[in-house]
Amino acid sequence: MGAYLVRRFGLMLLTLFGISVIIFVLLRVVPGNIVDILFDSAGMVNPAEKVKIEKELGLDLPIPQQYAAWIGGLVHGDLGYSYVSEKPAIAEIAPRIPVTAKLAAMALAFSVLIGVPFGVISAVRQNSAADYVLRVLSLSGLSLPSFWLGLLMLMGFVAWFGDMPIYTEPPATLWDELLLYAAPAAAVGFRSSALVMRLTRSSMLEVLRQDYIRTARSKGASASSVNYHHALRNAMLPVVTVIGLEAAFLIGGLIVTETVFNIPGVARFLVEAIRTRDYPIVQNLVMFIAVVVVVVNFIVDMLYAVLDPRIRYSG
Amino acid sequence: MDTHDPMPPVLDVAGLRTMFFTRQGLLRAVDDVSFSVARGEVLAVVGESGCGKSITALSIMRLVPSPPGRIVGGSVTLDGRDLLKLDEAQMRGVRGNEMSMIFQEPMTSLNPVLTVGSQISEAIRLHQDLSRAAAADKAVEMLRRVKIPEPAQRAREFPHQLSGGMRQRAMIAMALACNPKVLIADEPTTALDVTIQAQILELILRLQQDLGTAVILITHDLGVVAETAQRVIVMYAGRKIEEADVGALFAEPLHPYTHGLLASVPRLAIMSGQVQAAQERLQEIPGMVPPLTNLPTGCAFAPRCRFADAQCRAAFPPYTQPRRGHWVACWHSERLYGAGA
Amino acid sequence: MHSTEYDSELVKAGASAQGAFGQTAYFLRRYPLGAIGAVIMALFVLAALFADFITAYSPLSTDAALSLAAPSRAHWLGADYMGRDIYSRIVYGARISLAVGLGSTGLGCALGVVVGLVSGYLGGWVDLIAQRVMDILQALPLLVLALVMAAALGPSLWNTIFAISIPLIPAIARVIRSNTLALRELAFVEAAQAIGMSELRIAARHILPNTVAPLIVLATAQLGAAILTEASLSFLGLGIPEPHPSWGRMLSESAAEYIRTAPWLVIFPGLAISLVVFGTNLLGDALRDILDPRERG
Repeated sequence: MGAYLVRRFGLMLLTLFGISVIIFVLLRVVPGNIVDILFDSAGMVNPAEKVKIEKELGLDLPIPQQYAAWIGGLVHGDLGYSYVSEKPAIAEIAPRIPVTAKLAAMALAFSVLIGVPFGVISAVRQNSAADYVLRVLSLSGLSLPSFWLGLLMLMGFVAWFGDMPIYTEPPATLWDELLLYAAPAAAVGFRSSALVMRLTRSSMLEVLRQDYIRTARSKGASASSVNYHHALRNAMLPVVTVIGLEAAFLIGGLIVTETVFNIPGVARFLVEAIRTRDYPIVQNLVMFIAVVVVVVNFIVDMLYAVLDPRIRYSG
Repeated sequence: MDTHDPMPPVLDVAGLRTMFFTRQGLLRAVDDVSFSVARGEVLAVVGESGCGKSITALSIMRLVPSPPGRIVGGSVTLDGRDLLKLDEAQMRGVRGNEMSMIFQEPMTSLNPVLTVGSQISEAIRLHQDLSRAAAADKAVEMLRRVKIPEPAQRAREFPHQLSGGMRQRAMIAMALACNPKVLIADEPTTALDVTIQAQILELILRLQQDLGTAVILITHDLGVVAETAQRVIVMYAGRKIEEADVGALFAEPLHPYTHGLLASVPRLAIMSGQVQAAQERLQEIPGMVPPLTNLPTGCAFAPRCRFADAQCRAAFPPYTQPRRGHWVACWHSERLYGAGA
Repeated sequence: MHSTEYDSELVKAGASAQGAFGQTAYFLRRYPLGAIGAVIMALFVLAALFADFITAYSPLSTDAALSLAAPSRAHWLGADYMGRDIYSRIVYGARISLAVGLGSTGLGCALGVVVGLVSGYLGGWVDLIAQRVMDILQALPLLVLALVMAAALGPSLWNTIFAISIPLIPAIARVIRSNTLALRELAFVEAAQAIGMSELRIAARHILPNTVAPLIVLATAQLGAAILTEASLSFLGLGIPEPHPSWGRMLSESAAEYIRTAPWLVIFPGLAISLVVFGTNLLGDALRDILDPRERG
């Protein structure tokens, strides 16, 4: 287990290194850098000025050197400066993280609380009417774009309450915050809950085919004991790994949903930064997202090892 | 039907029929099978794989996977009660309590995320009004009875920490925890090492004698049959084709299939002296078992049988009792020995 | 013997399905959701192919008088801010969705198959490097990678297709690789080697045809993901540029403003996206049930 942990950790670092290279190169090959754009929009034509700004931003250096500077800064917590606001990137990014983290946590809770029980019901009653309804619902969950679901929710709010819960100013109390995030969290979480439900269902069906389920029945265990005591525990092991997948899945949903609900989180900030070609922000934010996804997957792997006695007790 | 048996049968299976409804068509897994087991008796059920012996066992336990399978007829009478007429809740009271089962695969038959002890005590608590602690103690006691060393320690371990033989012992402990009247052992030693096989068989037999349990031993291994059973039934393509005491069956099989089965097994000292064919070369049965979805009319063995004639192909033979306690379903059983095969 | 006794149960199990018609009837009964998915997909493809014949207006022609017009007899689904007919834009939008969906899934599958075959068949350091690259691509959410790529390449149809195809590669490559690993151990591959076929030829002639079933299942799932991603990218203004009628673009961020004033602008394009993706998902599920024997009930 110790060796596995070390190997897994090494792979994680390697992956992060690879991602940093890809992001960096991708953003340097873009036709037209920030200086060109600034010049275009301002209509400035003085080439000497352009060279000076490029030098200030470090864009005149060779790409490997620029990369080294970025990574060196990352290690010291220096993420460079936003081209747009000219504030330190860290000061722009850091305050937005808790907003997205809360939203993501609520969406994750929503998806697990809805997805797991319905997935179990669907598997236990395979091919029943309830199973069909739940499967269609989960498929529709995977099919609705979360930004559209968010818009429909807003439409519902307008129809029933005459107003919509759009972020306009920071919420005053925790309760206000919960209310404000409930709709976007549900919009993102619905899609994820569909994923959780489908995986719970197929995992449960797989487990219900196993020999030890037959053994449990041959002991005289009731259907509910077989399903919940014997099968569910085994079926939950692969479902735990879904939470790792979810991290990536949720972030995709958050990007569009934060935009719809006007929530000032990191996901919406990424879109803004991409649009304004604010590359220090983009490369650091994408790196941050990659770190979150990779670390979550690493933790989930470890969790899996702890939960499964077959791995827990194997050396 | 078992008039020769002095003991009253504890389990009586009559006309049992189990069908599977598949895309390939109707699969007659068990077709009109009848037999009974007396208290304390060991009955062996033999046949090639796919002949319906495991489905017979699952039918008796009412554990046939449904869909696609369904018991469509017959009766399974345990101590005067027809199990096929019980509702599911009553049947749960029978499983693991009055009748239990051991499976072929000890590696996959225990739940990997529950400790061995908890799986045994679960079987106890399902049927006996014991506290958690008392059931746990009894589970350890059962592990001791199946000769697992350090039973208290083993009870706290997970199945993957035990060897295959140990797991099968734990399965036996679980099956016998409530002192059932009937134990069905479906190929209990097939998946184990040869050296372990004998130990497990011996364990089953000893506990069976101690507890007075009737055992239905399903196997394809005729050596196992000779060592353990008192009576044997032979199945072919979902039907019972022969039933006899072990000695009689090994000495003079009356069905050409049984004869072929015995001739295809190398004989050790098991039946020493009794059979003149000991040095005879091994024979194989020509042809293959027909698919259960497409059985021929008449005797299913006819296509492979050298005695088969128009009568065999037209109708399934009736059960006859050419000798006392020796039943066979063959139109030409008398020719087997007459022909000197 | 007693052959009529169990007929109804056997029909339910599909035993009597004979001939193309009987088989089709059986699958329709066994997989009704898959059949619905197939119908949705057929309508989607037909709309894209015959857009010219089933619309009365150009998706691009503007008319200030019609700005934000509500659904009416002449304009079934209303008109947008620039007075463009929503129905026409949705029908023509099917072309964009289909092009991006098929284009990026096709490209992603092709690249994934190459990576998977090479990686699984050659093994060694090639495999090691390919797997690490796949790890890297999978560590970024589909939309994030597509966003960055789309931003780097600039908004256009081809760039959108390319940007979406890259994140689709790892899933395909993984499946093809593991199938290749399993298949190369099989006897017929050894036999092919024995008669002196080249490795590449073996991979193309023997291994690829045997991985078609899982590929079809996966590609159908990816098709839905690709269409959704295009919608999201265009919604964020980084996908298909104006004035092309992309469903996601029609919903662009300003849609929130129209919730009060012109809800039809929000409802119909979203319905189109959802319905098509729903169709791919229904079809994909049924295909998986039919083609993957492990899932067969």
